[in-house]
Amino acid sequence: MARTAIPFGPQHPVFPEPVHLKLELEDETVVGVTPVIGYMHRGIEKAAELKTFRQNVFLIERICGICSFMHSLAYCQGVEALTDVEAPPRARFLRVFWSELSRSHSHLLTLGLLADAMGFESLFMQCWRAREIVLDISEMTAGHRIIQSTCSVGGVRRDINSEMAKEVDARLRALQEMLDRSISPVFLHDYTINRRTEGKGIVPKEQAELLGAVGPTARGSGVTVDIRQTGYAAYSDLSIDPVVETAGDSYARTKVRVRELSRSVELVREVLAMMPAGEILVAVSNYPEGETVSRVEQPRGEEIMYLKGNSTNYLERVRVRTPTFANIPALLGMLPGCELADVPIITLSIDPCIGCTER
Amino acid sequence: MDILTRSRTKSPWLLHYSCGSCNGCDIEILAALTPLYDVERFGIVNMGNPKHADVLLVTGPANWRNYRVLRNIYDQMPEPKLVVVVGVCGSTGGVFDKCPNTLGGIDTVIPVDVYIPGCAARPEAIIDGVVLALGKLEAYGT
Ligand code: SF4
Repeated sequence: MARTAIPFGPQHPVFPEPVHLKLELEDETVVGVTPVIGYMHRGIEKAAELKTFRQNVFLIERICGICSFMHSLAYCQGVEALTDVEAPPRARFLRVFWSELSRSHSHLLTLGLLADAMGFESLFMQCWRAREIVLDISEMTAGHRIIQSTCSVGGVRRDINSEMAKEVDARLRALQEMLDRSISPVFLHDYTINRRTEGKGIVPKEQAELLGAVGPTARGSGVTVDIRQTGYAAYSDLSIDPVVETAGDSYARTKVRVRELSRSVELVREVLAMMPAGEILVAVSNYPEGETVSRVEQPRGEEIMYLKGNSTNYLERVRVRTPTFANIPALLGMLPGCELADVPIITLSIDPCIGCTER
Repeated sequence: MDILTRSRTKSPWLLHYSCGSCNGCDIEILAALTPLYDVERFGIVNMGNPKHADVLLVTGPANWRNYRVLRNIYDQMPEPKLVVVVGVCGSTGGVFDKCPNTLGGIDTVIPVDVYIPGCAARPEAIIDGVVLALGKLEAYGT
């Protein structure tokens, strides 16, 4: 049978970002796929060598606006290791607070986009309506809806007072109620969602391990991996059980996100309740020296940041391995054999973030 | 107001393309379409097809790879068309100023009508910018 080549992207109605896949089709079935990259490359890694290590925080935050806080967290943890500084306990808890807020808004965002890709408009709107609660909290505590910009080398730059904590708690309770009532049940039990995602884009456990998948993509295939268990920031004081599903299809990955979302909201409330008092920022007086690897669990999986300093105000090397980069091989394993109409949904099920991947 | 101008300004269709943005402004554009801000009440609908669009919303700085795609999309849009740049990094390069692969603002590639400041631009600012752009459409005549 004759093969047809179809360009999928870079401008595609389903994705806000320039995802570009070259698909090879036989009839309606995908037989080959080649990713094409570079549409969002800016060269942030190089630019990070040209700015001072304190200025870099603002640049690193803008690798990706969706998990911006976690990028800066990975960076700040790395620089703290190089300068022998330890963030004070309250700052570590505040870091978890904004990390989990980012995770919940990111998961709501991607679940909404998934619903939109299926044409399930009302669910898309519901997800984004719930997400506004998280963004309001972010604006109230950090001063900005998307780019929190609160992480800094040596701690965090903003504190939360008790009135604010009470208000946040009340809003999170409203969010939890909304999730339980109108979002989670739909994703977990709805017929349309089930039919569009179940059995689509399967990655078995062995293959996920072999291809180095991370985050919800790996956990949806039954791989128990969650970098939060390494206990960075204040995660050592919280109980983190990785959410694992075993089917390995798009449905399993969606279910992982839905369950993680509820857990994230709980975690934010736990953190607020157990936050110790004290200072939030310590002074950093020396320059970064040596090399280090810093890892954090982002909404899409594990991020690895390698930093090398040479006792000057500038870092010698900043290398970022983002989660989507690790998940693309798994995506290429999922697509062959599926139908053309399922490509957007399977691609969205790994929650691609091209802004991160290409930097 | 004649019927053409009226239908253009009362129901403009948007096309969104993300150049080298950090996604911050992209998700704010989407947020402007969802229940809290709901630009659909102004008749504004997000479209995926350049051939149907009146207003092109661009985020992020142009780079050596995507400027051709951007120009291509712009050329496919029928006249009269407007370009609205969302966020500082698309307006001037912003935080990505010294990044080696960027060309600078979107106006190095295609003509821009409205610049929306902010990093990330707030949905209110985005709505305001689009409404400002519509004034230009009205002035365009038939
Ligand atoms: S203006 Fe700021 S938030 Fe918006 S895309 Fe550019 S870097 Fe991201």
